[in-house]
Amino acid sequence: MKKLLSFVLFFLAGSTLYAGGYRVSIQGQKQLAMGHTGVAVISGAESTFFNPAGLSFLDGKVNVSLGASAIFSSVKFQSTADNYSSETESSVGTPAYLYASYKINDWLTFGLSVNTPYGSKVEWEKDWAGSHLVNNINLKAIFIQPTIALKISDQLSIGGGPIYVNGSVEFNRNLNTGSTSSTTGGRSNVTIEKKGISAWGYNIGLMLKPIEKLNIGFNYRSKVIMNAEDGEADFENISILADGKFNAELPLPAEVTVGLSYEFCEKFLFAFDYNFAKWSEYEALVVEFDNAAGTSTNLRNYNDSDTFRFGLQYKAFEKITVRTGVYFDESPVQDGYFAPETPRNDSVGYTAGLSYQVNKKLSIDASFLYLQFDETDNSYDWIDNGDGTYSSFGGTYKSSVFSPGIGISYKL
Amino acid sequence: MKNIKYIAIMALGLTACEPEFDNPVEDQQATFSPGTANFSKYVSIGNSLTSGYADGALYQHGQTNSFPNILAGQFSKVGGGIFTQPLMNDNLGGLLLGGNPISQNRLVLNADSTPVPMLGIPSNEVTNTLTGPFNNMGIPGAKSFHLLAPGYGDPAGISTGTANPYFARFASSTTTNALTDAISQAPTFFTLWIGNNDILGYATGGGVTSAQDPVDGDDITPTATFDFALNTIISNLDATGAKGVVANIASVTSIPYFTTVPHNPVPMDQATATATNTAYAGYNAILSGLSGMGAITSTEANSRKVNFFARLDNPVLITDESLTDISAIIVNPPFNVPVQQAALLAKLRPATAADLIVLPARAFIGTLADPANPNSVNGVGIPLADKWVLTPAEQAEISTAQNSYNNTISSLVNANPNMVMVDMKSYLDVLNTSGISFNGGTATSTYASGGAFSLDGVHPTAQGYSIIANKFITTINSEFGANIPTVLPSEYTTIFFE
Repeated sequence: MKKLLSFVLFFLAGSTLYAGGYRVSIQGQKQLAMGHTGVAVISGAESTFFNPAGLSFLDGKVNVSLGASAIFSSVKFQSTADNYSSETESSVGTPAYLYASYKINDWLTFGLSVNTPYGSKVEWEKDWAGSHLVNNINLKAIFIQPTIALKISDQLSIGGGPIYVNGSVEFNRNLNTGSTSSTTGGRSNVTIEKKGISAWGYNIGLMLKPIEKLNIGFNYRSKVIMNAEDGEADFENISILADGKFNAELPLPAEVTVGLSYEFCEKFLFAFDYNFAKWSEYEALVVEFDNAAGTSTNLRNYNDSDTFRFGLQYKAFEKITVRTGVYFDESPVQDGYFAPETPRNDSVGYTAGLSYQVNKKLSIDASFLYLQFDETDNSYDWIDNGDGTYSSFGGTYKSSVFSPGIGISYKL
Repeated sequence: MKNIKYIAIMALGLTACEPEFDNPVEDQQATFSPGTANFSKYVSIGNSLTSGYADGALYQHGQTNSFPNILAGQFSKVGGGIFTQPLMNDNLGGLLLGGNPISQNRLVLNADSTPVPMLGIPSNEVTNTLTGPFNNMGIPGAKSFHLLAPGYGDPAGISTGTANPYFARFASSTTTNALTDAISQAPTFFTLWIGNNDILGYATGGGVTSAQDPVDGDDITPTATFDFALNTIISNLDATGAKGVVANIASVTSIPYFTTVPHNPVPMDQATATATNTAYAGYNAILSGLSGMGAITSTEANSRKVNFFARLDNPVLITDESLTDISAIIVNPPFNVPVQQAALLAKLRPATAADLIVLPARAFIGTLADPANPNSVNGVGIPLADKWVLTPAEQAEISTAQNSYNNTISSLVNANPNMVMVDMKSYLDVLNTSGISFNGGTATSTYASGGAFSLDGVHPTAQGYSIIANKFITTINSEFGANIPTVLPSEYTTIFFE
């Protein structure tokens, strides 16, 4: 068990943002291959995350799933009016997960989930044209969730558990356009960093099996407020501001998922999930410094966002199951609030994958995700000039994301 | 081994999935064009604003970001040639003449937010003449007629005031003049921005009248002198056949040098206000008396009365040369004011919002004229002298001259088919009122934090110069049918911290 946990922690070294906001929807290879559906699919210990109630209907006494993905993402920016372009460092993120469940008896199942549903890593060219908004950001959060599932009848189960979150944030930006130190020539900038942020939330679910081949699922994951208190604020190339501390908080919004899965023609399974993410929680990134820099308010005014997910599974051979899916991911970012630290517009995710049944107990699960973004003309119009007026930074953004992943599932 | 294969496939996939724009900005290059202009030999003619002067000094970083050098960088995309500048020897900027410092190093902001000269020994010996010619003929301090003055670059004339140390660094001979050195380069394109110093020295000196001197005086250049100089410069440039842009003269009184120190910076508590008012009670009574006698009007008497309050924004007391000199009257009976005191009261009045206080007064107001006398607070016990204040009458003299100069510039340029005018006055008026926005920010004329003006309060920052360069580019594009890209001001520096 300890080994498995350290595997997950190892892969935590940098989860990359890729979905709406800073949510990273890669929490299971089998689910991702089907468009990241899973609230009503019973296919392994991943249910601990997707819908704890699903654990009650798993075959076998013990289920373990373990996996990791590599997310390759990059963003380009250009401003035709300024004859200017820049791009982010192509980053490789590695979200990982570990799920385990243990069936005590017919009605009671325990589970554990360790995963990384939120994160963001964006690194622009240093001192690029939007550097007073962000040079780089690295946001990490690991979710640990002990879980209990209760089977109320053969048609109904419920489940849930508390979530312990441990996260860190590192963020660097230039203080304004242009200002410079005389000695080094480097531009004035600030880095804020806080490790070991703890927070709590919870996850509950319900599973209905009205008829034999149909599952209906419901899941609610509460919001988690990441509160960075007394973090380190490091001011560089500006002698009039001393290094100090900062306070800030970042919401990881609540998410509601409802969905269904339906088996047909013996070998096929269709799944549909609808996600509602309450991103409107994220009104502003407010950073309070304890020096003359004062309070920096960066308006975000995110919108709640919907995601529609469709997946299909086909048991092609006895040992091989193939999966595919598609999802429509709505960005929570409003026009005029398009900040380059989360440069994401609406996207369509295309997914595919397969499982190879090594033996009765063990299968290997692989998935591949390609996220298709249209280029978007957008701007962030709320750069505070300090005198009640605002400046705007904008241009054309184009993102590219793809992610291969691999995992194993074990059943006893 | 299998892992390596996996990683290799991944890396291939990564390059294949780089985001691509439908119309990459790099493809714009093909549409760039010089229009009807020819930038193969660009020469810039002017003063400190053309040289890249900033933070009270000429130093390498400022020169690199001079508006002509920014322009030349963009011209190079449409056939522009090499652009050379008489670069200083260092990034400190202080000048030496015969080993003796004759100007201070560039200003930087120290940890207390006070502008101070940057520490360091400068190495810019004026007599070490550079081998030219140089495309950038910007000469800090030059007035319109200086460009025609023979010997303006003779090092021997610097100490006597007939020559300019900056021009002495790179003049082709001790007898040449700046216009000759510019024209002998056979420019195909030029920018001309001259005339600011013809009013600026008078303004920054608080409007103190001195004898008009061909090189050194700070008086406003007579309009006839200006008109003759501009006419000569423009007709000589016209004779070269080169195309060019001529900028008009921006308002000098809206720069941070005049807008940063308020007219009412004097804080007082009740006890100090009462004591000060008691001290000035005699002066106020004298004014009423003089008004009753008919020696001054009642309007003048009221405008001169002193009354402090317990608040943070009492007006500073100033000497206004346009007021009636009452000193000769008040030393006599019935007033019997001691001579020394009468001299202080001669033309004293409280400042109003219409007065402009110069930037250096910031460190002067509130100091003691006589360290042993706590009542000798400059601006309270002792009125600010003429040189610290630009009164409305002085401002009117400046704007009258400026309007006349600009009329001359526009009529000369409009009559010349090879030349177009860039209306820098209107453009910088926008900067000084609402600021100029660019992608990612807004530059304003607020001292230090506005981004457009350097710490001397007069000259632009590199960002300010980039905004000026963009105005030249958009004018060239529209007037010469060119398509030259502008630059992004956020890529240029503003002020510097120690």
